[in-house]
Amino acid sequence: MSVWAVARRIAAKDLRIEARSRVLVNQVLPFSGVVMVLFAFALDKASSDIPRQVAPGLVWLATVFSLLVMIQRVFAVERDDGALDALRVAGVTPAGLFLGKTIGLAVQLLALDLVLVVLAVILFDTAVAGLAAAGLLAVTVVVAGTALAGVGTLYGGLAAGAKGRDTLLPLLMLPVVVPVLIGATRSTEAAFGTGGIGMTEGWAWVALVGAFAALAVGGGALAFGALLEE
Amino acid sequence: MGRAMPAPSTTRNVTGTRFTRGLGIATLASIGLLAVLGLVVTPADAVQRNGVRIMYVHVPSVWLAYLAFVVTGVASAAYLWPRTRSLTWDRIAGASAEIGVLYVAITLVTGSLWGRLSWGRYWVWDARLTTTALLFVTYLGYLAVRGLGGTHPQRARRSALVAMFAVVEIPLVHFSVQRWNTLHQEESIAKGEINGLMLFAIFWGVVAFTLLYVWLLLHRQRVMAMEDAVEDRGLDRALVERRAEALVGRT
Amino acid sequence: MTTTFVVLSYLLTFGGTAALVAAMVHRGRRLARQVPPEDRPWT
Repeated sequence: MSVWAVARRIAAKDLRIEARSRVLVNQVLPFSGVVMVLFAFALDKASSDIPRQVAPGLVWLATVFSLLVMIQRVFAVERDDGALDALRVAGVTPAGLFLGKTIGLAVQLLALDLVLVVLAVILFDTAVAGLAAAGLLAVTVVVAGTALAGVGTLYGGLAAGAKGRDTLLPLLMLPVVVPVLIGATRSTEAAFGTGGIGMTEGWAWVALVGAFAALAVGGGALAFGALLEE
Repeated sequence: MGRAMPAPSTTRNVTGTRFTRGLGIATLASIGLLAVLGLVVTPADAVQRNGVRIMYVHVPSVWLAYLAFVVTGVASAAYLWPRTRSLTWDRIAGASAEIGVLYVAITLVTGSLWGRLSWGRYWVWDARLTTTALLFVTYLGYLAVRGLGGTHPQRARRSALVAMFAVVEIPLVHFSVQRWNTLHQEESIAKGEINGLMLFAIFWGVVAFTLLYVWLLLHRQRVMAMEDAVEDRGLDRALVERRAEALVGRT
Repeated sequence: MTTTFVVLSYLLTFGGTAALVAAMVHRGRRLARQVPPEDRPWT
């Protein structure tokens, strides 16, 4: 099977498991909603315009926190029955496995971010003004989701397979996602019109996140085999 | 330990050689001179006054830390390259990262002390500062990956890959923080007149800390080699014992 | 404050170095008892 065929099947399998178990819908989405509400408590919404201004950053912070939960879930699925070993014994190419997991995770992140953006609009009084802004926001969500999914799968693969590694994942991953967090936040600000930066600037940030996504996905596909092989 | 000790000559200076002893003496002397230069000989700065003296340890520390991380990156690449694959490269990478983490921590603390004196603030969100702080966290993660366990080749491959990710990621982090920063605030670095003696003190500090780094790296790498050897021996002994037990059980 | 901070910086830098060296030497001496010379190619 080609790398892409493997990737498609792995992604389809992960999404089917997700659709049946509904962990995303029943646990991760409520978790990210709670995070958004807690941010509002921390920010003293009565007295200022601050929540509205920082809403784009909160969307992406909540995404990153939820990602940590989702990655553990995505690899727990493979680990519990020794499925990861079985896949490797069956000769599944690591690049295909990596891409499949990344695609599955990216689709879930996309769903999560749509909900978070809506929450930001409802809870923090932001708005997406116009079609151009909506386009920028849509591209941001897709590109940043891909970047986060790639990094997450890469470090999740590193942390999978042994006890006591789960606590390591945040330490490894959070510093790495800084460019995504910054870039996605800026372009979301441009789309919400809250950060004082224009649409052109917003697209430049999306390009930065896109470069990051390409590196994460490309590097991950190359390195994943060596990470799992042990 | 109830076993007979080896001759005293092997327990003293266990990781030292004639070269490292000479290097050690040179390092000690040049650090002594640095302290004298930094605290006594150099004049106070017109703007930063005596606060400038922190620079004579701060700049060499950050130099040492960056040098250490570059060596970690190069040694990790050397491990991953099949022709040069050797656990020695892995140990050099690990030893270097440990040293780098210590000095980047020192850099962050001395830097914020200097910042408090010169800017009135311990921390500003300058790209250089922020990247350095993230560097610290990134290599803490690297060291944690080294501590995950498994065989030595497993540790080596895993940590070498993490080091490669760090090499790719750090320029991106720096670039994005820089762009983020220009939107929010101006750089606020106090600029004083630097005279020749001050420049020489900084230069001397860099030389002294380079010697220090080489000395530390050689020793740490050798200690690590002994750690690995002890682990291997422990494993071998355990295997022999288990086999013996199995044989006893069968008869 | 300036003097305190300067002294603190020097103490931290050289003290940190001394602590690392002390820990390294200590560990090295302890390990050397268990590692025969043939595993120490630099000697």
